[in-house]
Amino acid sequence: MTTTATTAHKSPPAAETRSGGVGLRLGGLRRAFGSTTALDGLDLDIAPGELVALLGPSGCGKTTALRIIAGFETADAGELLMGGEDVTATPANRRDIGMVFQSYSLFPNMTAAENVAYGLRVRKAPKAERAERAAELLELVGLPGRDKHYPHQLSGGQQQRVALARALAIRPRVLLLDEPLSALDAKVRLQLREEIRRLQLELGITTVFVTHDQEEALSMADRVAVMKDGRLEQCAPPSELYERPATPFVAEFVGTMNRLPGVMREDGTVEVLGRRLPVHGDCPDAGHAVEVLLRPESLRVGAEEAGKPGAAVTAEGAGPGETATVRVATFLGGTTRLHLTTASGAEAKADLPSWEAGSLTPGSRCTLVPHDHPVLVERTAWPPAPVQETA
Amino acid sequence: MAGLTVTPARRARPARRKRPYGSALVLLLAGLYFLVPVAASLWFTVDDPAKGVTLDAYTKGLGDDGMATSLGLSLRLGLATVALGLLLMVPTMVVVTLRLPKLRRVVEVLCMVPLIVPPVALVAGVSTVLSWQQDLADTPLWGTFQVLVNKNFPLVLVLVYTVMSLPFLYRSLDAGLRAVDLATLVEASRSLGASRLATLRRVVVPNLRPALVSGAVLSLAMVLGEYTVATVLGFEPFSVWMVHVGEYEAQLSVAAAMLSLLITWGLLLLLTNLAGGRARKGRKTTA
Repeated sequence: MTTTATTAHKSPPAAETRSGGVGLRLGGLRRAFGSTTALDGLDLDIAPGELVALLGPSGCGKTTALRIIAGFETADAGELLMGGEDVTATPANRRDIGMVFQSYSLFPNMTAAENVAYGLRVRKAPKAERAERAAELLELVGLPGRDKHYPHQLSGGQQQRVALARALAIRPRVLLLDEPLSALDAKVRLQLREEIRRLQLELGITTVFVTHDQEEALSMADRVAVMKDGRLEQCAPPSELYERPATPFVAEFVGTMNRLPGVMREDGTVEVLGRRLPVHGDCPDAGHAVEVLLRPESLRVGAEEAGKPGAAVTAEGAGPGETATVRVATFLGGTTRLHLTTASGAEAKADLPSWEAGSLTPGSRCTLVPHDHPVLVERTAWPPAPVQETA
Repeated sequence: MAGLTVTPARRARPARRKRPYGSALVLLLAGLYFLVPVAASLWFTVDDPAKGVTLDAYTKGLGDDGMATSLGLSLRLGLATVALGLLLMVPTMVVVTLRLPKLRRVVEVLCMVPLIVPPVALVAGVSTVLSWQQDLADTPLWGTFQVLVNKNFPLVLVLVYTVMSLPFLYRSLDAGLRAVDLATLVEASRSLGASRLATLRRVVVPNLRPALVSGAVLSLAMVLGEYTVATVLGFEPFSVWMVHVGEYEAQLSVAAAMLSLLITWGLLLLLTNLAGGRARKGRKTTA
């Protein structure tokens, strides 16, 4: 299942190809550190001008992949093509790659302008050209007039802007961003995130962005490549990744997901919370007990009518659901997250607009109904025996 | 209510600052410990029972060929030792930090060995090796030995002093390397197109400047004051010359010691200024 999904999504959609930058191809990259396999045959095509985020848990190999693209690590096997040219064995300093690091990486002995002009200096560009380009780039990242400041005189956000300007100054073929926002506070992170995206679109530069923050990845990237154990699980545009995850791992890693017990039926649907839903992806045989993956916003919640204990009222427009009890209601601003226990003992989370959640206090009873969207299912690990059909 | 009187609140006295008598006393004692011998030496060099206060010892010393020669030799030996030591240690430490961190302890132990081995033991081994030159008279190594023991510039002293300076260089460089994120700086430089050599020259060395200066000053001071190795091997740098002169002209010997103290301080100030120049410039920009 994983392989099919990966193959289906690893190439960029032709419509998103932009004019700037060069294409990047990672073909069967493998890298092991002793007995630990960091990359286990990573395949990924990135279109010119595209921003792809590598997302995954710690140790999934995303940073190793980025370091191989940068030339700081050598792949044990596989190939790396940049603009059609094989750069697998090219040293880091001859790849024309700009990189922004997680930790502040400005040269402490140089001013902001000298840092930005460093790449041009090693390329022996004339002094006047270096100064002009540095001033231009510092203005582009919103730091005009800071050219004579040393790194210790700049805030964390300003330092990362200078680092971005420095990476862009050499007009790189590919821009690599290694969790560049993780050391910044929330407000600056949000601001810089938008600026990086604006610049990337403006310059049309091919960009690979490593992050473990799914919000960052979903909000910035043209496509998000979710990695697990050194392999690509799925690479797709953010909305597709969220709405149609290819594997249970992607479904659970991106956003919040409920796992509710269900049973496969002969018509290929799955019965969960008293309703039959279409299944996408892997479809076990009829009668198998499965876990159904449902997003909190895919569950509709209807409050039980006052004075009619036990008589569940279905949510508007929904069929029969399952009765549940609210354990915790967490106010999140526009939405409220309910933690519920169903009559069959399963635990679920449901999101609903806060103005609808007023009566759903802890202890109150309600009806839980899933939307009719196709869902992912996973075979129940134990017990594996098929469940008997009930009348 | 009428009976109630309102007493004006007693104005709180500002808390009197505790005077740091203890610290002042410690400072005074340390100052005396350091300055009294210097002052006594200075007085000894300028006081002449027959003429009163005179600078004769200094004028005589500065005009003495032996002093100029030995001092020049010591300074040249010191600079060569610093150059060779840094040339060996900077690339080694950078490679160990970036590529072979597991070897850090091994390098540390090796570099600390000269602190444990007494100079007399070290020079005994060197003397034995140098004595082989009689047996090598007909080989090309004869010329090498002649260069090593050349009286004008004994290269063997540079080699021995380089070994003796390893602990100072190691400690200074180790502290400097721990203070910067060297791996990231090197990778940033490489990604921007710089070769390894350019990275070393433009990024690594400038950011290690305080550590390099500190190691250089300590090594230089060690060479200027080293006596055992030079005297056993039969050379006459400044320290050996001072002892020789002291045997028949004590005032001149102490005057020379005062001059060497001034020279060492001068070099220390010069190097410290060189190391801190850029940082001060940065601070001024902010102000």
